[in-house]
Amino acid sequence: MIAFQNVSKIYSTTSTALEDVSFEIAPGEFLSLAGRSGAGKSTIIKLLIGEERPTHGRVFFGQYEVNKIKTRDLPEFRRHIGIVFQDFRLLVTKTAAENVAFALEVAGRPDEEIDDLVPQVLDLVGLADKANHFPHQLSGGEQQRVAIARAMVHKPEVIIADEPTGNLDPFHTWEIVNLLLKINELGTTVILATHDKEIINTLSRRVITMDRGRIVRDEARGSYILL
Amino acid sequence: MPTVFSRIIRFGFQNFWRYGFSSLATIAVLVIALSLFLTLILFRVTANQTIASIEDKIDISVYFKSATPDGDMATITEAVRTLPEVESVDFISKDRALEIFRDRHQNDPTITQAINELTTNPLLAHLNIKATDPDEYAAIAEYVNSNENISQYVESISYFDNKLVIERLNSITSSVNRGVLVLTIVLTIVGALVVFNTIWLAIFANREEIMIMRLVGASNALVRGPYVVHGILAGIVAAAASFIIAIPVVHIIHPYLNSLIPTFSLTGYFYRNAIFLLAYQMLFGVALGSVASFLAIRKYLKY
Repeated sequence: MIAFQNVSKIYSTTSTALEDVSFEIAPGEFLSLAGRSGAGKSTIIKLLIGEERPTHGRVFFGQYEVNKIKTRDLPEFRRHIGIVFQDFRLLVTKTAAENVAFALEVAGRPDEEIDDLVPQVLDLVGLADKANHFPHQLSGGEQQRVAIARAMVHKPEVIIADEPTGNLDPFHTWEIVNLLLKINELGTTVILATHDKEIINTLSRRVITMDRGRIVRDEARGSYILL
Repeated sequence: MPTVFSRIIRFGFQNFWRYGFSSLATIAVLVIALSLFLTLILFRVTANQTIASIEDKIDISVYFKSATPDGDMATITEAVRTLPEVESVDFISKDRALEIFRDRHQNDPTITQAINELTTNPLLAHLNIKATDPDEYAAIAEYVNSNENISQYVESISYFDNKLVIERLNSITSSVNRGVLVLTIVLTIVGALVVFNTIWLAIFANREEIMIMRLVGASNALVRGPYVVHGILAGIVAAAASFIIAIPVVHIIHPYLNSLIPTFSLTGYFYRNAIFLLAYQMLFGVALGSVASFLAIRKYLKY
């Protein structure tokens, strides 16, 4: 479903973010990308969503060769993916419900479908009662749950979570991890980039460990091992 | 497509309301630019009226010799009237010239008495000629002077006495015209740049939001559209506001201007052309707001 083939990303002669990285992800997998800050996890995500282009190699997502998608076609491609960021990245002038609805609106879904789906998904993430709150009226954990609701509402094939628990306390961290597990159980592929040892060890799922732009370990039921 | 369009409009209105202070700042700057634009329009009209009233005072007179037969004077009058450079010709007979002279000096007993003592009318019949353009007086004078059939009956032409004054007036009016045009262009550009800069900054402040929309999968139209609608709304509100502000200002200025140019009523012009002035304001405001938004957002649509 997703494949990186000998991918390198070189910003300058002294800055290589990724070096000859190859791996595949099957549909329905829960994959953790582990590694220290600067190991290359975020670069993999940026290449996967077309935010950056590889210096060498090819990136595939289903029938798309991501590195060849034209800028104007990127939005349509991204509708196959749900993305969750460490800093939530909610639209501050929209309420929780409007943020979730936005993912459906950009995909051109009809209003009736949006009116049906948004309350359901907000209920699923436990925020039915905060639908009309703006992001600044929500806690960090709640904001991240809105971000997850937005990422999953249009039923994407993959959800990518880039350090989604980085700004959260332990309680909210597990809330988010459990949500991601629930989404994965429903059949959606999940890619979780994190440097949280406890999360990776508890999940006991496939782990790709990165260090200085290279894959140093790819285990089906991996754990976090510091190099 | 209709769904996307209706969503763009809805998001635009939503942003306009929810961006609050940013919308207000954009409107305030647009009001300043549009007020400047309206001031320039009114200034141009006032300057043109001033020039027109000065030009209206310029004419030339062709004086006939005393012995010129009436029939020849009528023929010459018609010949001059047919010239394309001539706007109007008034034939003033000797008797009419005396009458005008009397009227003009009726309050001067010395002159009145002197006229009464005259046994013959010393004044000459003449033509008062107004040209379509003040620059044409030289050509008209030249025509009269060089045409043998006319010049043999002509005693004098006032143009040659007033040539310097007419030329100087022409030069002043055309300089004023050019100056007002340059001022209009320069200040309009300055106003537009200030508005562009404000909208540029407002969109710069929202660059993170734009990036998020792109990452969620929003098309360029859906990202850019609401900002353009926002710009259009700001333009409309600012146009209406600057027009409303202009009403009392025009009333305050009117009496001062009227004492300088009695033939021109600023309030009269303003109300007669209110719809056009408001339409210009709207057009300028909407164009500025929408084009600035459209261009400012371009660089954030690359990722």
